[in-house]
Amino acid sequence: MNAEPLISVRDLVVGFADQIVLDHLSLDVHRGEILGLVGASGGGKSVLLRSIIGLLAKQDGKISLFSIDRDTATQETTRSIERRWGVLFQQGALFSSLNTRQNVEFPMREYLRLSEKLREEVALIKLGMVGISSEDTGKFPAELSGGMTKRAALARALALDPELVFLDEPTSGLDPIAAGDFDALIQTLQQTLGLTVFMVTHDLDSLYAVCDRIAVLVGGKIIVQGPIETILACEHPWVKAYFRGKRTRETTRTLGQTTH
Amino acid sequence: MQPLESAASGRDLDITLSGSWTAPHARVLEPLVEAAVREARGRGVRLDMHAVTEIDTFGACLLERLARGSSPGIETQAFGVPERMRGLLAEVGRVGREAQPLPPKKKSSFAGIESIGRATVDAGRDLVVFVEMLGELSDALLRVLRDPRRLRPISIVYQLDRVGLQAIPIIFLITFLIGGIISQQGIFHFRRFGAGDYAVDLVGILVLREIGVLIVAIMVAGRSGSSYTAELGSMKMREEIDALYTMGLDPVEVLLLPRVVALICALPALTFFGSISALFGGGLVEWLYGGMSPAIYVERLKDAVSVTHFEVGIIKAPFMALVIGIVACSEGLRVKGSAESLGLQTTTSVVKSIFLVVVLDGLFAMFFAGIGM
Ligand SMILES: Nc1ncnc2c1ncn2[C@@H]1O[C@H](COP(=O)(O)OP(=O)(O)O)[C@@H](O)[C@H]1O
Ligand SMILES: [Mg+2]
Repeated sequence: MNAEPLISVRDLVVGFADQIVLDHLSLDVHRGEILGLVGASGGGKSVLLRSIIGLLAKQDGKISLFSIDRDTATQETTRSIERRWGVLFQQGALFSSLNTRQNVEFPMREYLRLSEKLREEVALIKLGMVGISSEDTGKFPAELSGGMTKRAALARALALDPELVFLDEPTSGLDPIAAGDFDALIQTLQQTLGLTVFMVTHDLDSLYAVCDRIAVLVGGKIIVQGPIETILACEHPWVKAYFRGKRTRETTRTLGQTTH
Repeated sequence: MQPLESAASGRDLDITLSGSWTAPHARVLEPLVEAAVREARGRGVRLDMHAVTEIDTFGACLLERLARGSSPGIETQAFGVPERMRGLLAEVGRVGREAQPLPPKKKSSFAGIESIGRATVDAGRDLVVFVEMLGELSDALLRVLRDPRRLRPISIVYQLDRVGLQAIPIIFLITFLIGGIISQQGIFHFRRFGAGDYAVDLVGILVLREIGVLIVAIMVAGRSGSSYTAELGSMKMREEIDALYTMGLDPVEVLLLPRVVALICALPALTFFGSISALFGGGLVEWLYGGMSPAIYVERLKDAVSVTHFEVGIIKAPFMALVIGIVACSEGLRVKGSAESLGLQTTTSVVKSIFLVVVLDGLFAMFFAGIGM
């Protein structure tokens, strides 16, 4: 991991009005890894994600993606990196006037010159990969269940074969089986497509099962990051409560048995 | 070297692939694949992939087409597949086998006739929806009147402020200008046969009987009807209306009734102010352009119009308000899940309510002519 990180955030400060949400936060994401970001609800995880992809203005600090700093880059450079990532928003953010397949085709239509047949074929393949059956590809977002919305949104995020995907709580609101499938899916995609994944999650199972590294966001800073063993060894009270609280003891115990 | 080269060897076809099989090259690759599929029909295919440098889902999809399309039943053998591409190819192959092709879109040769039929049915259904909504509103009104604690005065006053008070400046301005324009046209054309002064009669009767209420109703349909539709529509989209139902509340009573009641109260008042403002506009033009002093204008106006003219105009206002309110609310509740349908219903609401307002005005004209008012 001594190559240059794919995402590098240094001393990032972001806030609204009189509230500082991120306070001199630094974080690296390396090529090919799945990074899980955890933190309290309302702690600023989505804000961090939105600042990295440039939807929120930062007050101070430096963010570079693909070794390009947006502050100094030209507009073409910025645009060219924008199509190298895909984003799965917390609420899915599918376009409500397009059906599921058209949602996936939309970025392809904008960025790639493809025949209609190929575009349709690839969109169906992508939807198949995330587990949406062909009968459901004609449905509109309002007709999809929560889990299907997340899957369709993931398919859209993957439409251009990005190198990097941002996932904001991809498994929240899914039943444990669907969440497990989703984890497996993300891992398969990461292996087959060589993805780098930046994932905000509250799902301990995902953290154990698929994340190569975990970063913990507390009080506007990353207080600890590293593989799960490092996090479990951390003595910070919030981290202890999160990973060793009553609700999570079961999972931790199982992990303890399997790793020893 | 071409990215796809084929050579026949005996009964089989050897296909050698090379270079980048990625999205930016798809336009070049696709015709080559199509040609190879035709060439390979009925033959065994051996794919040599060792020279492929990179591949993504788009390339994998084309290869899948090649492998499947060439020869049903006969295995396509691929060799020299670089290790790192295996996972992707296997995944695309798996999904491709499971996914059924989309059913072809049905195309009717009677599409035109079909759409006429559908439009007719829709128009009939619109009428039913209108009557239904009228019934539901009356029902809610009766319930509220029997139990006045359920009246929502705050909500009604808030809506009155939005559709009434806040509309006054723009209504004043528009009706003032229209009164002036009618007056100017009257003076200009009547003068030619020496009847310039009759422009006052024109302004007075036209404004009080027709134009005042019509202009105000159309403005309100565009201004408040559209916002009712958009509000209710977006509440529908975000399941807020369903949430009301589950709390045991009737959306008609909570949301629609205060809005419609506010419209019914506001429109006559706005019509009154609008008509006055139009008469002022007419008087100003008479004075500046026609050279008639304000005192004479008022005198002539008194002779020309009677309370009947005013009554004919103002009596129509609450009915028009009811039509606008019902159309706006029922269109709002028809919004489906998409942003597009919200826009569509809002447009429909405005177009439909303006149309109905004009039709209603015509019916009233016939009615008043019949009873001699
Ligand atoms: N657009 C915004 N305007 C004002 N405050 C915001 C905005 N977006 C987020 N916040 C605030 O920033 C904090 C972090 O929010 P968020 O990043 O969404 O939390 P989470 O970690 O659960 O994703 C919260 O206190 C939230 O109220
Ligand atoms: Mg969030």
